[in-house]
Amino acid sequence: MNTTVMEDALDTKALVEYLATHEKKDLLRFLTCGSVDDGKSTLIGRLLYDTKLIFEDQLASIEKDSKKHGTVGDDIDLALLVDGLQAEREQGITIDVAYRFFTTDKRKFIVADTPGHEQYTRNMATGASNSDLAVILIDARKGILTQTRRHSFIVSLLGIKHVVLAVNKIDLMDYSQDVFDKIVADYKAFAADFGFETLQAIPMSARYGDNVLGRSDKLPWYQGPTLVEHLETVQIDQDLSQKPFRLQVQWVNRPDLNFRGFSGTISSGTIRPGDDVLVAKSGKSSRVKAIVTYDGDLAVAAAGQAITLTLEDEIDISRGDVISTTDNRPEVSDQFQARLIWMSEQELIPGRTLLIKIGAKTVSASVTEIKHKTDVNTFADLAAKTLKLNEVALVNIALQEPVAFDPYADNHEMGAFIVIDRVSNLTLGAGMIEHGLRRATNVHWQALDVNKATRAAAKGQKPAVLWFTGLSGAGKSTIANLVEKKLLSLGHHTYLLDGDNVRHGLNKDLGFTDADRVENIRRVAEVSKLMVDAGLVTLVSFISPFRAERQMARELLGENEFIEIYVSTPLDVVEKRDVKGLYVKARAGEIRNFTGIDSPYEAPENPELTLDTTSQTPEQLAEKVVLFMVKNGYLISAPEYQI
Amino acid sequence: MPVTPERMTHLKRLEAEAIFIMREVAAEFKNPVMLYSIGKDSSVMLHLALKAFYPSKPPFPFMHVNTTWKFREMIRFRDETAARLGLNLISHTNQEGVANNVNPFDHGSSVFTNIMKTDALKQALTEHGFDAAFGGARRDEEKSRAKERIFSFRTANHGWDPKNQRPELWNLYNARVKPGESIRVFPISNWTELDIWQYILMENIPIVPLYFAKKRPVVQRGGQWIMVDDDRLPLNPGEVPEMKSVRFRTLGDYPLTAAVESEADTLEAIVAEMLVARTSERSGRLIDHDEAGSMEKKKREGYF
Repeated sequence: MNTTVMEDALDTKALVEYLATHEKKDLLRFLTCGSVDDGKSTLIGRLLYDTKLIFEDQLASIEKDSKKHGTVGDDIDLALLVDGLQAEREQGITIDVAYRFFTTDKRKFIVADTPGHEQYTRNMATGASNSDLAVILIDARKGILTQTRRHSFIVSLLGIKHVVLAVNKIDLMDYSQDVFDKIVADYKAFAADFGFETLQAIPMSARYGDNVLGRSDKLPWYQGPTLVEHLETVQIDQDLSQKPFRLQVQWVNRPDLNFRGFSGTISSGTIRPGDDVLVAKSGKSSRVKAIVTYDGDLAVAAAGQAITLTLEDEIDISRGDVISTTDNRPEVSDQFQARLIWMSEQELIPGRTLLIKIGAKTVSASVTEIKHKTDVNTFADLAAKTLKLNEVALVNIALQEPVAFDPYADNHEMGAFIVIDRVSNLTLGAGMIEHGLRRATNVHWQALDVNKATRAAAKGQKPAVLWFTGLSGAGKSTIANLVEKKLLSLGHHTYLLDGDNVRHGLNKDLGFTDADRVENIRRVAEVSKLMVDAGLVTLVSFISPFRAERQMARELLGENEFIEIYVSTPLDVVEKRDVKGLYVKARAGEIRNFTGIDSPYEAPENPELTLDTTSQTPEQLAEKVVLFMVKNGYLISAPEYQI
Repeated sequence: MPVTPERMTHLKRLEAEAIFIMREVAAEFKNPVMLYSIGKDSSVMLHLALKAFYPSKPPFPFMHVNTTWKFREMIRFRDETAARLGLNLISHTNQEGVANNVNPFDHGSSVFTNIMKTDALKQALTEHGFDAAFGGARRDEEKSRAKERIFSFRTANHGWDPKNQRPELWNLYNARVKPGESIRVFPISNWTELDIWQYILMENIPIVPLYFAKKRPVVQRGGQWIMVDDDRLPLNPGEVPEMKSVRFRTLGDYPLTAAVESEADTLEAIVAEMLVARTSERSGRLIDHDEAGSMEKKKREGYF
């Protein structure tokens, strides 16, 4: 607000006009960055002072403080206006991001005042994350410093497209055009690849107010805008409403059984009732019924608006889901490549489980690989095994479940994430997604009811039970283990239920009477059925001596889901091997109800496979099992399998 | 009906930001509460909460920490508002402080505020087990608040350590706390006093009548007008309350809140007065004058 408007404001008509103007202003968020002594706080103090936002009592308080801590002699030290915390007031440095507000007749501004110290680079990234423009301060006496390069790099990393190069303290260089021109040329030389859309260099003196708000008569050679003129007029591409529609669902709104809405702020795009939408991750689609707000239903809503959507169909949507239109969907993947800024004293170690918050979704994740870190001063790519505080790297990240996202460059809200420690809950880092890592990324999920078939299809296999039966010591577990390893190496998802192991847990209440043996098999059959339902190739390695129980298991499962494998080894052979020394004990009467000795073993009549351990090695027999599965179409994604 | 989307003016953007923050808190915390101080910022916060969850009601209770020294008109307004909107309103008072007759006169504003406000707030948060508390603080109010996070982490003892706050990037707020720990949330951090008034005007939000000028009984102390709201205010020898047209720029405990002489009895007039005001809002709050850096100190102790 300027003085004339304020004076007129007492006049109601002028006031109403003033308010109407103020109400229509838009908002520009920018950050200021620079080295310790570049005069950043002084510049912001100057902006507040010149735009008449310093009150008399604040001014009186600064005058008092200036005498105590001031660094500019008898003048008022404007930096004291903005250095907030007591500690830094005494140290004369800025140690945290501070937010300042000022307004002119054209725009309202939120300034993130960020520190220049090397160890506080994370704060600069924080300030930059919500800014559309960066004012990079340069001390005219010193020119481009290492920190200037670092700040410019971080500004570009965070995707800021508009930069003001504030060449400050030009008064101390006799308002020299040569000094200014050289600094600008040096800056443009290294910042050429940073993708800035506008770069406005302005010579100024924050201390004396030259070219901050008002034009300076000491700089007649400079024809460009003053800082405030530029901030008021620079065109920031805010047109997120033209981009594809994205709504990150924050909260499911259910006041009663008749209303189910999905509340969130539109990240990008435009939406109208009747538009076809879908949930990115599940692929389920519906149509927008209404755009509900406290101020009434809307005919249209766009990026930036906080709304509640209701849909025509009852589809499953919860917090963290992303609603898009059907014609342009976000990527869905559980792996992506990203730029990561590490913000913690605690090192990043690849492989360690972390939490990642992206949009309204928080998932377990780990950094699988640090591709390289970038030296923020030289911009060189360096190899790295871990990341330390304030380091920046290109990494691959794997998530526990797929999430919907867009590359950060296309959509900041859809491509930004923070990294959280699972135990301490501290925010450890911040990242920007470059792209998804799976080819499957662009093959979208189709809406299907998730069932045995979909789970199995996702794993590229037909789920089945490989039921290994045979005498104790026949080689069932040895072969089953080998088979499982082979299947795993082919990328299949398996599980091995071993008789001895199951008896230590699920079936530890059972003995070896016939009744207990039946119950033992019944339970294992039920468990393997659940596993087949989960889509797994399930290996069961049990003596399972009775035909009836094996038949029961076969009937419990679907057609072609039960593969009976008879591990055939004659009693005299197993007794001679006696790996666990059990036959000796059974013969001595120390173990009762031992299969083959004093409890019968009923060999299968029509097994799918018979494995003769007397003529082939376990390795050969395992190959035989895998080949059987390939031939019979159980392993869908293993056409390359050769014996 | 408009066929093009609404333009996002700065007020619309601030409104959307506050709604986003409120929804995050409602979704991520087990037991949030909105602190309701009855002032104009609280009125705006309440209005934003109504918008954020519509057609649901705000899914959390509202809590007023009552020092027992609030203006009577504030309490009346509070109760009317809660009844009109059907809010779940909790009023908490430090009973120990009441039992010990802690008051601003005998104990001084600093001790009084510490016991009846800061301690009372901590008591109430602990008693109800709230893991998130919305406050209406703004970054433009005071220098130390300019660095406050939107999600301000507090230890199990409700302590605030400026060195140990979580970095806050984009709109990704880290809402994770361990049992006993909590977060103070400031959805209107980025609003200025002018934004608040303009929004009240634009949205026609009810506020306590004390903001409007009216003839009220006041006494002058230390160059500031103090309203004699009830007979608990001890009068100095020879001090006689006089009727003056005054209003309040901030509201709190009446003996600690100075009035300004004013004729502004409409919202427009208040905004006009604000635009030409040359003293900052907080100068009406006597607690800030106690010592340099006093707000920062209070914050470390757990005051908002």
